[in-house]
Amino acid sequence: MSEIVFDSVAKSFGGEKVLDGVSFSVEKGEIFSIVGPSGTGKSVTLKHIAGLISPDSGTVSVGSRKIGYLFQGGALMAWLTVAENVALPLVETTSLPEKEIDDRVRAALSAVGLLDAADKYPEEISGGMRKRAGLACSLVRETDIVLYDEPTSGLDPVTAASINRLIVALNRERGVTSVVVTHDLESALAMSSRVMLLKNARILECAPPEEFLKSTDPAVMEFIAAAKGVLP
Amino acid sequence: MNSVVKVLSIVGWTGMVTARSVAYFPSVLVRRTSRQALFTHLYQTGIRTLPVITVVSLFTGMILALQVGLELRRFNQEVYLGAAVMMSLIREMAPFSCGLCLAACVGSAIAAEIGTMKVNEEIAALEVMAIPPMRFLAAPRILALVVMAPLIAFYCCIIGTVGGGIVGHTQLGVDFRQYMASAMSIAENKDLAVGLFKALVFGLVIGSVSVAEGFRTKMGAMGVGRATQHSVIASFLMILMFGYMITRMCYR
Ligand SMILES: Nc1ncnc2c1ncn2[C@@H]1O[C@H](COP(=O)(O)OP(=O)(O)OP(=O)(O)O)[C@@H](O)[C@H]1O
Ligand SMILES: [Mg+2]
Repeated sequence: MSEIVFDSVAKSFGGEKVLDGVSFSVEKGEIFSIVGPSGTGKSVTLKHIAGLISPDSGTVSVGSRKIGYLFQGGALMAWLTVAENVALPLVETTSLPEKEIDDRVRAALSAVGLLDAADKYPEEISGGMRKRAGLACSLVRETDIVLYDEPTSGLDPVTAASINRLIVALNRERGVTSVVVTHDLESALAMSSRVMLLKNARILECAPPEEFLKSTDPAVMEFIAAAKGVLP
Repeated sequence: MNSVVKVLSIVGWTGMVTARSVAYFPSVLVRRTSRQALFTHLYQTGIRTLPVITVVSLFTGMILALQVGLELRRFNQEVYLGAAVMMSLIREMAPFSCGLCLAACVGSAIAAEIGTMKVNEEIAALEVMAIPPMRFLAAPRILALVVMAPLIAFYCCIIGTVGGGIVGHTQLGVDFRQYMASAMSIAENKDLAVGLFKALVFGLVIGSVSVAEGFRTKMGAMGVGRATQHSVIASFLMILMFGYMITRMCYR
């Protein structure tokens, strides 16, 4: 069953086409990765799924409104501590008792390994920790879908690997439908059920990892070669 | 033509921000977390700005007393100095200088803060988490301004009157007690009510304009700078226009 369906979605900003007739679907419970050069509309695609922007033409249908979104910078409120940030969605949108909220926040923080930083402010923690805190914010909400915008870019390999493990664990344990935008083709191929390559506002390839690697499209082959660090 | 459409769309957007935020005022008072936010903003708006407000209103009163006093002295009418200063302060100058200070100190900070949040996708994050930014960010800030502005204007009035009295006593030889008696004799409830109402409207306008500018922010640090600048300019213009309109409505 498809959880997210894009049907010939087009979107332009100031006359520049960012998405041009993009159609794809994401199945319930899969990890779907989107790769591609910078500025090709990957973040814009995620924002369409989250309902933050609407397409100029075509339709986007999403099966659930409970969506978590890990933004490129973590997007934490500067005047709240990490724990307060994680508690925020529960405090503001539910009427759960304080005790229950505390428990859930602690569980989410320990899942992302941030219990020690619970009382720090976003300014006082590193970029990687901010991303993990952002992830905890969608963990506590127990969302059906989580959108990750470059969850590992700018992180050291160890932290990056731990975030990738979290994404996979969240998907396996809770059946969360995951859409991951990443520059790291290697880990996209390792953890996703399908990988989609966006370039120049269009989908060049959308296939399971094995098929993706076997693509005969020259542009796809070039991207794979570049990702592997092979010089032309 | 294009810029007319643009201005109209900004005015429309600001109006919508005002309406949506005001609609959330009751929930700010009811919800515990919003109440805490409100207290923080009341403190930021009312207490943190006191030093600037005090100096501004003191000098406003002193300048008024000096200008008016010198004229009055030509006609040997210094006894009315208190009345003249009080009248200008309570009707116009107190709400006006309170508004300018709040636009410069508080409105600019609101626009910059919300603008930065917009640029950093924190506003988008709130929307994804189904937390209405108008309730969470806009309403407590605007309500704090609406509550504090009349109080600050009243405070301006007192400090300004005292400042005028000091100038009257030291420069113009007007007895301070006589000055205060003259000031109090002219102060009417209607003038006070209109003055405070003006300040309340200024608070609402400054809050709405600044929040609206913050939410409109685009394009990084430059956009935040521009939003801050626009919020202060627009607040100043609005304070003048609304000030005139309220005066026109209440005195004729
Ligand atoms: N709100 C917006 N207003 C105007 N232009 C936008 C907006 N959002 C995105 N764009 C433009 O759309 C294009 C695609 O942006 P997008 O953020 O989707 O790129 P991306 O694929 O995520 O790149 P990166 O890998 O660098 O994050 C860019 O050229 C960008 O300038
Ligand atoms: Mg992006």
